[in-house]
Amino acid sequence: MELLVATAVGVLTSAGVYLLLRARTFPVVLGLTLLSYATNVYLFAMGRLVVNAPPIIDARAVSHTDPLPQALVLTAIVISFGMTAVIVVMALRSWFASGDDHVDALPRADAKEGR
Amino acid sequence: MNHWIAMPILLPVLVAALLVLVARRDLVIARVLSVASCVALVGLALALFVSATEDGTHMYALGDWPAPFGIVLVLDRLAALMLLLTSVLALLVLVYALDGSDREGPHFHALWQFQLMGINGAFLTGDFFNLFVFFEVLLIASYGLLVHGGGRERLKAGVQYVVVNLLGSTLFLLAVGLIYGVTGTLNMADLAARVPEVAADDRALLHTGALLLLLVFALKAALVPVHFWLPGAYAKAPAVVAALFAIMTKVGAYAIIRLYTLAFGADAGASAWIAAPWLLPAAMLTLLVGMTGVLGARALGQLAAFSVLGSMGTLLMAVGLFTEQALGAGLYYLVHSTLVAAALFLIAEQLGRRRGRSGDRLEAAPPVAQGSLLGGLYFAAAIGACGMPPLSGFIGKLLILDSARESVSAVWIWGLILGTSLLAIIGFARAGSLLFWKSTAPAYAGGATAKLDPRASGTEPAALLPLAVIGVLLAGLVMLTVFAGPVSEWLDVTAAQVHDPGLYVDAVLGASGANE
Repeated sequence: MELLVATAVGVLTSAGVYLLLRARTFPVVLGLTLLSYATNVYLFAMGRLVVNAPPIIDARAVSHTDPLPQALVLTAIVISFGMTAVIVVMALRSWFASGDDHVDALPRADAKEGR
Repeated sequence: MNHWIAMPILLPVLVAALLVLVARRDLVIARVLSVASCVALVGLALALFVSATEDGTHMYALGDWPAPFGIVLVLDRLAALMLLLTSVLALLVLVYALDGSDREGPHFHALWQFQLMGINGAFLTGDFFNLFVFFEVLLIASYGLLVHGGGRERLKAGVQYVVVNLLGSTLFLLAVGLIYGVTGTLNMADLAARVPEVAADDRALLHTGALLLLLVFALKAALVPVHFWLPGAYAKAPAVVAALFAIMTKVGAYAIIRLYTLAFGADAGASAWIAAPWLLPAAMLTLLVGMTGVLGARALGQLAAFSVLGSMGTLLMAVGLFTEQALGAGLYYLVHSTLVAAALFLIAEQLGRRRGRSGDRLEAAPPVAQGSLLGGLYFAAAIGACGMPPLSGFIGKLLILDSARESVSAVWIWGLILGTSLLAIIGFARAGSLLFWKSTAPAYAGGATAKLDPRASGTEPAALLPLAVIGVLLAGLVMLTVFAGPVSEWLDVTAAQVHDPGLYVDAVLGASGANE
């Protein structure tokens, strides 16, 4: 299971970083989403991977799993979900306002103003 | 413990919710509520400032959960100073915004209050994950404020700013996860107690996490090489927002001071001062890049943004020395540079409004209304930003130079601070003479300058309020200069307190009982 989780985090991160380095907003947003998935899985694994154990200390349970990373992941999921919505809206507004979806520069405006 | 420690966070968030619900259409109610909230925040911050000065470090356990398990707020002298600076700056800039900047887009006042909640929370929290949450709160509000008023370039800069900061948040989570995975705690005081005991095998992981966190804070503080977002975002943001953002980079600096003296400071055993070898060179480069940018800026807003970058370099150089004396000097410079940056952004906006199509670009244009008054304000702010006598920038730089005397890199620090001061003087002098002296001859010279451009009618009585705010900000510099003695004594005690992590740890973990 460790191998599976580690591979998933690695693949998600590398795909996310690759997409983040694209020049247009849509792949960048996708890249950020993948990175946040990778972070969530990774955070989850930081409490150590335990199977079939409750996240509470209970006399009847033989072992327990760390509940804190689960709470962290929950918070992180909510925040990254909201952030994705924010950046999609801003990217759309920017696209409507400027007519292109480049992240890094304003090639046409720059050419016009001779900067 | 007093419950007032939670109020700098609760008050803005309640007012913000109220603003969204009640005052979304009515600007007058929104203004009254927002200004009232900011005035109350100044009062609160003053009270907390006095209490932190007199009684030392306070801990407030949210929900009354005992310390390492629940989330705590911690008020010490450093946090109290930052709260006071934030609330005063926010009130002044908000008063400036009443002149019309708050009308350019919806929900300005609500976003302003959310922003204050995030900043105050980041200064008060004693817990890493909570720090992440407050960073997100202040960032979400800043995304909204940055694009306030809209416009193509602003949106473009906004998207870049959001992408960079989302990446920063991802790294923050990774770093927090690493540190939690190694030490099993998120409480800063608890972390300070556990770092020396980390097993040798795990230390590399811990250091990776800690330095990743340094990268994240450096991103917020706009340190080279992760500074690229700042000049674009600050120069394109509305002036009032840029002026408030003057405190945002200081949030990053505050987090660096807090974490790397508390958990990775003198008591951290094999992890002592791990930030020092990275922070000092990065800060030097930041100073150089910032002041070179000042020299090459094409507009006054851009120049102000680059001077913020330069001041962050100077400040973090002092922090990066990690001595009590240097930290005290750095804190003095922090207060000074926040006020001067805000004043510069506001002056740039006033000038931009009066120059019609030229805006605040550094080019010759017809003379502006109230030119000599604005020029005088600019002159004072430029003296402050360059660090020339008689204003407080000079004293701040002098204190930093003095504290660097013992350092092995003293030659570099002295050379860079003095050399870049020259760059800044040239940059500011060039900008000022272009803006205020090199006017194109007006076609109908001789009359009152106010009539030159109908859009730039700056002599209306309403325009007095913004100028008064800039005046008050600059008066703050004068006060900082006049009372340099008591202020720097207070800051030296603060620096000593920061450099004694035991006080902080005892305040949080020692009082592991409940809120009285």
